[in-house]
Amino acid sequence: MKGMLLITALLLAPVAALADSNLPPAHYAYVQLPDPKQEAAAKALMAELRCLVCQGQSIADSDAELAGDMRALVRERIARGETPKQIRAWLIQRYGDYVTYDPPFDAATAPLWIAPLVLLGAGIWLARRSFKRRRKAA
Amino acid sequence: MMAEAGLAALWLATAFALLQLVLAAVGVAIAMRTEAAELARGVVHVSARETASELMRAVRPVAVVQGVLVVVAFAALVAVFVSSDMSVLLVVDNSHSLKPLIYKIAGTWGNHEGSMLLWVMVLGLAGAFVALAERSLDAKTLTATLGAQALIALGFYAYLAFASNPFTRINPAPADGNGLNPLLQDPGLAFHPPTLYLGYVGLSVAFSFAVGALVTREVGPRFARAMRPWALGAWILLTIGITAGSYWAYYELGWGGWWFWDPTENASLMPWLAATALLHSVTVLATRDGLRAWTIMLAVVAFSMSMVGTFLVRSGVLVSVHAFAVDPTRGTFLLGLLALYIGGALLLFGARIGTVTAGTTFELVSREAGLVLNNLLLSVVLGIVLIGTIYPVIAQAMGVQLSIGPPFFNKTAGPIALVLMIALAGGPLLRWRRDSARTLGRRMLVPMGASALALLVLLIAAPGIGLMPLLGLMLAPGLAVGSVMPLVGRNLLRTPLYIWGMVIAHVGVAVAVAGMASDTAFTRERLVALHVGDSTDVGPFQVTLKSIAPALGANWSALEAELVVAERGSSFTLKPQQRFFSAPPQVTNESAIKTLWNGQLYTVLGREDAGRWQLRLWWKPFVTLIWAGGGMIAIGGMVSLLGRLRRERRVAKRQLPAEALA
Amino acid sequence: MKRWLLWVPLVLFVAATAVAIYALRQPQDRLIRSRMVGQPLPAFDLPALVPGKPGLSSRDFTTGKPKLLNVMASWCVPCIAEAPQLMRLRQAGVEVDAIAIRDTPEDAQTFLTRNGDPYLRMGSDTKSAVQLALGSSGVPETFVVDGHGKIVGQHIGDIHDDDVEALLAALARAR
Repeated sequence: MKGMLLITALLLAPVAALADSNLPPAHYAYVQLPDPKQEAAAKALMAELRCLVCQGQSIADSDAELAGDMRALVRERIARGETPKQIRAWLIQRYGDYVTYDPPFDAATAPLWIAPLVLLGAGIWLARRSFKRRRKAA
Repeated sequence: MMAEAGLAALWLATAFALLQLVLAAVGVAIAMRTEAAELARGVVHVSARETASELMRAVRPVAVVQGVLVVVAFAALVAVFVSSDMSVLLVVDNSHSLKPLIYKIAGTWGNHEGSMLLWVMVLGLAGAFVALAERSLDAKTLTATLGAQALIALGFYAYLAFASNPFTRINPAPADGNGLNPLLQDPGLAFHPPTLYLGYVGLSVAFSFAVGALVTREVGPRFARAMRPWALGAWILLTIGITAGSYWAYYELGWGGWWFWDPTENASLMPWLAATALLHSVTVLATRDGLRAWTIMLAVVAFSMSMVGTFLVRSGVLVSVHAFAVDPTRGTFLLGLLALYIGGALLLFGARIGTVTAGTTFELVSREAGLVLNNLLLSVVLGIVLIGTIYPVIAQAMGVQLSIGPPFFNKTAGPIALVLMIALAGGPLLRWRRDSARTLGRRMLVPMGASALALLVLLIAAPGIGLMPLLGLMLAPGLAVGSVMPLVGRNLLRTPLYIWGMVIAHVGVAVAVAGMASDTAFTRERLVALHVGDSTDVGPFQVTLKSIAPALGANWSALEAELVVAERGSSFTLKPQQRFFSAPPQVTNESAIKTLWNGQLYTVLGREDAGRWQLRLWWKPFVTLIWAGGGMIAIGGMVSLLGRLRRERRVAKRQLPAEALA
Repeated sequence: MKRWLLWVPLVLFVAATAVAIYALRQPQDRLIRSRMVGQPLPAFDLPALVPGKPGLSSRDFTTGKPKLLNVMASWCVPCIAEAPQLMRLRQAGVEVDAIAIRDTPEDAQTFLTRNGDPYLRMGSDTKSAVQLALGSSGVPETFVVDGHGKIVGQHIGDIHDDDVEALLAALARAR
């Protein structure tokens, strides 16, 4: 039994080298905050922040080390009393809008946010044409 | 030898597709010109008619042979993978001799070239099937349809031959391959891509029908009845494929998420949304001869979305966990095909649709109007998903790096989906052509009552859940009740199957939404680091880490945790693993899930740190409803399809075999 | 009025295709650049990692002389590749300070012994906190900081031979 564990530990070693540094993850990367309300706020924010070293995942869904450190950062700051908005703004200051999955509303993203309304309006207008003929015929 | 045989079969299939296209094009052209000339001058051109007829008759067997040939090509590729022929480059890049057999087979389509060959095979098979099975449509339109199908096939055959040859050899052959990505070594791979591709490519048949109908100007109930089973069948497969993919990602990726609005996920959702609108629209065309332009446009859009999705995922334009190995040259070729097919279809639409719109009219309050609303809302959601998916590319053109994800889609598509649920509840309760708002209001009282009751219960028992989950959990019972109401007062044994299908599918939607809302509102998460012997709790469960032991598999080794879970007297064991693969080297989390009647306990083993083992535990109440709902939607579709096919067969038997189109 | 409506889908499609063509022709730029370029260095104070080499703080960058800040780690393979270039820069008189991400004293010492030591100071950032504050998204990265503590440039990835000239020029401009 011990031999098996040893073999497995040896198998672990080369994999650990692939998995970046030799230090353990930050404390709050995999540990929840004691206050459930704070943890919920932290969790909600983590789900909206993009992992910078992954192929399209949030930091809440990634095992990458930098993602873990970002989760720790979020939790520590929430525990210190910062609001999610402040933390997100801090990160955007450093990485740009890329780091948030919730695009802000500004000149570059206005078409994006307005599009649903435009589509709805265009659709309603198009659909009304199916009825207009009826009224004319009557 | 096998690889060369496969390549030869592929080239032969290409040749037959070309033949099919030429025969169809010439045949239909002569037929239509002859008809026009006859109408103008009142003379019957017998020889021209006969020529046209012969040409058109020849198209069917050609389509069948093409289908058989492309199946042979695909079989050759599977054979090459199964025999681990390392002289074929694709096998070297994506397979390994030690892999279990099922993954050798499934690995055939776990890569770009192989999956394109799967795509093309389904395309050829679909064409062959239409050629064999379609009896009710008139000769011209059917031939035009097969011609369109051949045109599509040709483009993809060319793509395979010139930009994505699956049969390329490598010399000298290496000793073994690089192996299949461990995340893909799962039964999900055997199941999810083929179902999706059957769906995507099934939509190509609807597209071909639409093009054929535009060419011959035969956009009426007969055409709709011919297209309907294909639209319905493709939609059923897409529903299954998406549901299966969501569940696979849920248990494989180890974080309990089931949808991320990732570009590849969106690439499968967009054709599904269009196909949903299409299958509702085609029924209106088939039974009421209405919504002609909508139906044609939706058929074009649905397959266009399949192609846009394929382009997005394979061209490298967007970043995604699911994306294939990227290559801009492949992307350019695909874009060319896209431009040809979609651009051509839209050109044809603009030029021809003006001459075919007619159809019956209907009131503002009527079932047709309800279906128009349905089309409208689905199209808006489709537009939102499309714009949200490609906007990062547009932003990059403006020099801005953006990320668009769940927050955007939930805020924009979410509310529309809720409105759609209300429309879903009310629509089937409306009469065709003309109904009154007051009658509808009366019929909606019971569903609204159900929703009101649900709201009350939620506000008392579960205050503090978010607005969206609250709305979802409130509307779901209302929708479920409303969906069942068309059955009330009917003789259940004599109710047509398609009504049963509609009821089951709509209830399935309610069930799925209830699951989604429940997951968002009630999930309990616990992240801990435990020594062996320690306990923690999550939801109503007490979880003890009993032991950590090694485990061995066919091509992996693992550390396995034994978790003893106790809840009010009963207890069970879960064994999540951390798996280590060597070819290619990767670590994966194999979650251990316990499914109970009221939810799932989801457990994942993490790393070890100073003698303590990291555990991630989730209690997800009623999360299985999401996929159960998806399954119900698919089953509803299947029941409906069965009903339609049986009805068609009964009608065909009664008709005299007048048009024996060989 | 109605005729033109039928052509809207085609027009939209052509526009989308144009966007797609543009996107395909763009070189794949997946780098995430720091937004702190042009901003003052965030305040930080990192402890020493290896014996004999002092730790690093943001105050060390307000001496009046432009410097390079190298974000690195002993477990980072491209960092080994850029070590010779950093030595070249050191020999050209450039002051290079390091922030070691998630590193241990032993590993860092081994790395320096094996690959050369161009650093005046090395701070230990075990939680990637300063890395995040700088807007750096990986290792190795090198920041050009002017004599007043303002970040004036960022080089992502290991420093190649031809990058050395560019970095020297950037340092000269920062004076």
